Amino acid sequence: MNPANYLFLSALLFTIGAAGVLLRRNAIVVFMCVELMLNATNLAFVTFARMHGNYDGQIIAFFTMVVAAAEVVVGLSIIIAIFRSRRTASVDDANLMKW
Amino acid sequence: MSMASGGLSEGVVLAEQVTRTSTGEAVQFWVLATIAVLGALGTVFLKKAVHSALTLAATMVCLAIFYMAQGAVFLGIVQIVVYTGAIMMLFLFVLMLVGVSSADSLKETLRGQRVAAVLCGLGFGILLIAGIANASLGDFAGYGAGGVSPSGAVETDQEAVALINQGENVKGIAHLIFTRYLWAFEITSALLITAALGAMVLAHRERLTPRKTQRELSEERVRDNVNLAPLPAPGVYARHNAVDIPALLPDGSISELSVNATLRARGQVRDVSREPVHQVAELEESAEVWMEQRGDVPTARHEGEEAGPEADGTGEGAADVDPDEAGAERTDGDSVAAGAGSKESRS
Repeated sequence: MNPANYLFLSALLFTIGAAGVLLRRNAIVVFMCVELMLNATNLAFVTFARMHGNYDGQIIAFFTMVVAAAEVVVGLSIIIAIFRSRRTASVDDANLMKW
Repeated sequence: MSMASGGLSEGVVLAEQVTRTSTGEAVQFWVLATIAVLGALGTVFLKKAVHSALTLAATMVCLAIFYMAQGAVFLGIVQIVVYTGAIMMLFLFVLMLVGVSSADSLKETLRGQRVAAVLCGLGFGILLIAGIANASLGDFAGYGAGGVSPSGAVETDQEAVALINQGENVKGIAHLIFTRYLWAFEITSALLITAALGAMVLAHRERLTPRKTQRELSEERVRDNVNLAPLPAPGVYARHNAVDIPALLPDGSISELSVNATLRARGQVRDVSREPVHQVAELEESAEVWMEQRGDVPTARHEGEEAGPEADGTGEGAADVDPDEAGAERTDGDSVAAGAGSKESRS
């Protein structure tokens, strides 16, 4: 097996995540799909690190995880705040700024 | 083209040029990649958000094993602990808060959005994969002796190179984080503090009106003249004292006030009004039949009814008699006592 297969898997997972963001309406599921995309890029970073034989890719993946954790915390509290005021978690119903 | 020692146990590829991995790693890749892709598809296509979260967790565990197989042992552990352990559980918490039943609406607000999304996804995926296939990836350097690429600036630092050469994953990462990436690492702490504060601010709800004291509540009750006395307790005739069984009013209907509003909203109130009412009716019937057989008791009962209005006030039926009446009848026989006994045995 060629190690580049990890890159193909990463691209596939990223694509599935992106399609999920476009397809789903539940804000939490959309968020989970974003997490899936982040994980896919992390896999690509780790594979690149192995490819180049140094640890820089792993460090970047590590920072990605930190940023993802912060993002999840803020994003989920935004979802809760929206749910509290509108009683829904659907992204279609948050349309106050729609022109 | 030397062989790698891949797999979970060692995880570090000890070769300078790798174009093929070991058979073990290949088997592991194909098995786990299938699971990961299925999990990702499940995340997108499963209807319930909880199922999506679980399949996503499965995908993340697969990715963690991939990290370890590629020599990133530390990242693999962090992936399991932080992603699967913390972030996915946070997702589940929020799902429970928001409500598991909040299903996706199938209404299309934008015409043709689904088809366009699927087409966009397909096109994007084909482009991305074709791009990777066309890229000149070159040979994989892998970790190990001589595997350090000339692009890495760590070569100036003899210690990092030595650590990487020894295949010490955690030490190598720690060295890089605290030397070359120290500034980014410090910025990370600011980011985390800001995120925690932001989450608190966003999730905090300000109380706009002061909380009512008990005195104010009772004064309000008196002023409105609603529910002055305590609410009726749940349970029926001391037969049930469960909180989900409403109390019965004298006419046999249930008292809505006696059951918690939350239980009522959930539809978890047990309806028992029919059962005791039927039992009481049966009892009356059987008692009347029995008394007609005896012949003498109905007359006594009529006397009792004529004697005073309180005999009517008992209202429970033939078996429920006035103490005086019962005393009068006890001289005749044990008829009413037997009737009362049968009522108790039924109930």
